[in-house]
Amino acid sequence: MTTATIGGKTVEVDGEGFLQKPEQWDEELGVEIAKELGIELTDRHWQVVKYMRQQVLDTGSAPSIRSLGKQSGVPIKELYQLFPKGPAKMAAKIAGIPKPHGCI
Amino acid sequence: MKRIVILGAGTAGTIMANRLRKKYKREVGSGDFQITVVDLDDRHIYQPGLLFIPFGTYEPSDTIGTRRSELPAEVGYIQQRIDRVMPEENRVYLEDDSVIDYDVLIVATGSRVVPEETEGLTGAGWGEKMFEFYTQEGAEALAPAMREFKGGNLVLNVTEMPIKCPIAPLEFVFLSDAFFTKRGIRDKVNITLVTPLDGAFTRPLAASAFGNLLEEKGISIVTEFNTGAVDGPNGKLISYDDKTVDFDLLVSVPVHMGAEFVERSPGLGDDMNWVLTDPNTLQSKVKPNIFCIGDATNLATSKAGSVAHFESEILEENIGHFIKEEPLAPAFDGHANCFIETGFNKAVLIDFNYDVEPLPGKFPFPHVGPLSLLRESRLNHVGKMAFKWVYWNMLLPGREIPGVKAQMALRGKHNLAQYTGGQPV
Repeated sequence: MTTATIGGKTVEVDGEGFLQKPEQWDEELGVEIAKELGIELTDRHWQVVKYMRQQVLDTGSAPSIRSLGKQSGVPIKELYQLFPKGPAKMAAKIAGIPKPHGCI
Repeated sequence: MKRIVILGAGTAGTIMANRLRKKYKREVGSGDFQITVVDLDDRHIYQPGLLFIPFGTYEPSDTIGTRRSELPAEVGYIQQRIDRVMPEENRVYLEDDSVIDYDVLIVATGSRVVPEETEGLTGAGWGEKMFEFYTQEGAEALAPAMREFKGGNLVLNVTEMPIKCPIAPLEFVFLSDAFFTKRGIRDKVNITLVTPLDGAFTRPLAASAFGNLLEEKGISIVTEFNTGAVDGPNGKLISYDDKTVDFDLLVSVPVHMGAEFVERSPGLGDDMNWVLTDPNTLQSKVKPNIFCIGDATNLATSKAGSVAHFESEILEENIGHFIKEEPLAPAFDGHANCFIETGFNKAVLIDFNYDVEPLPGKFPFPHVGPLSLLRESRLNHVGKMAFKWVYWNMLLPGREIPGVKAQMALRGKHNLAQYTGGQPV
């Protein structure tokens, strides 16, 4: 486990920059992580990011793309426009939760 | 009287019925315990065998058995479709409006493929140039298409994770390579594996080992492809972000979901109908007297018969604890063990759990084997083919398989420190 400084805050991250301790996250940090990914967060982004974070905190596992599309209120097509390099991964990163386990 | 009800008479449900009947032989004999199993038909498919039907290695009849004959005579069998479980009432409702009351419920209703969930997949071309092999009917329909394929792009598409038997897609492309080589037209067939994962498998070490094998066999792989739609008439897979892959013959691994009744059972499952389950005790999250085993769970381990087998030992123990009002044992570690057919009478064996990657080494006896982990060998292939006998004669009856334990063993495996993810060995 390594630490990184994002927007002046020191946080624990994994090798790919996913936060390891969700409690170290706040919305400002989310904005900074998004910037590093080249994303300017809009309300639509936040809708997905907040849904993702809540799901993981409530259930312990990240929703699949399909669930994200059904439950977050943002259809899958649009998810890919908002988070072009993979909605589940990018939203998880911005939401300050560990990298979603590729299901096995 | 204690009433134990098992929903599903597939691999997991059948093993549990056999184990519990043995554990409570006396109680069942005296009528103090009653074990009842529910399933909607009397056809037990040997699912690991479906892979071999498209290649003509197995005849369709090789994979079909009956459910009732694999269950003990002392166990009740109700052949009905399940409508819903009402956890607060401790009651199962069946399609004909009859009900079953239980003290302990085991959900073992597995997973099912839902090709309709992918736009266009069951449209024009389905059953002509678009197939699946995860059902008996699907595997049978694919066999003539493989036999008559004249060349072009053969695409194996994993639509979405999780899927049953996550190594079956790899096996399918490996066996296709051997199949078309034998047919003498391998140079006319492009084989491509299209997957939403970022590699050939879900775990990095195995992904790289399988990645090398794909390359050696001249099989292409397209990663991080999330299938949004299929265009049958034009032979195109289309991803959500508008990438495309062309096919002449598509073998799809469709979206998987848990059983339909889960949707109608308050609090039981998630939005894909997987039952919310404790990863270590196998107790459901919804109510303490409901347990779940096999593909039906939402657990982050493989949906595979070996997993159901390992879980059954832990679940038997925990049902015993529950009935005696003792604390449950958090003993399940996510152990999975799979043979992967790689073609030309060879296979690879992998063994892993929630925390530990598939490692190279020997199995099941440390340093002795005789099977090799994460490496191609002929003996592994013999093991895979012999597994059919093991399945019907040892696995389903809930007998011990020599050397194979519920919890994963690290002895006899290599490179531990590097690949155990910091877990204590």
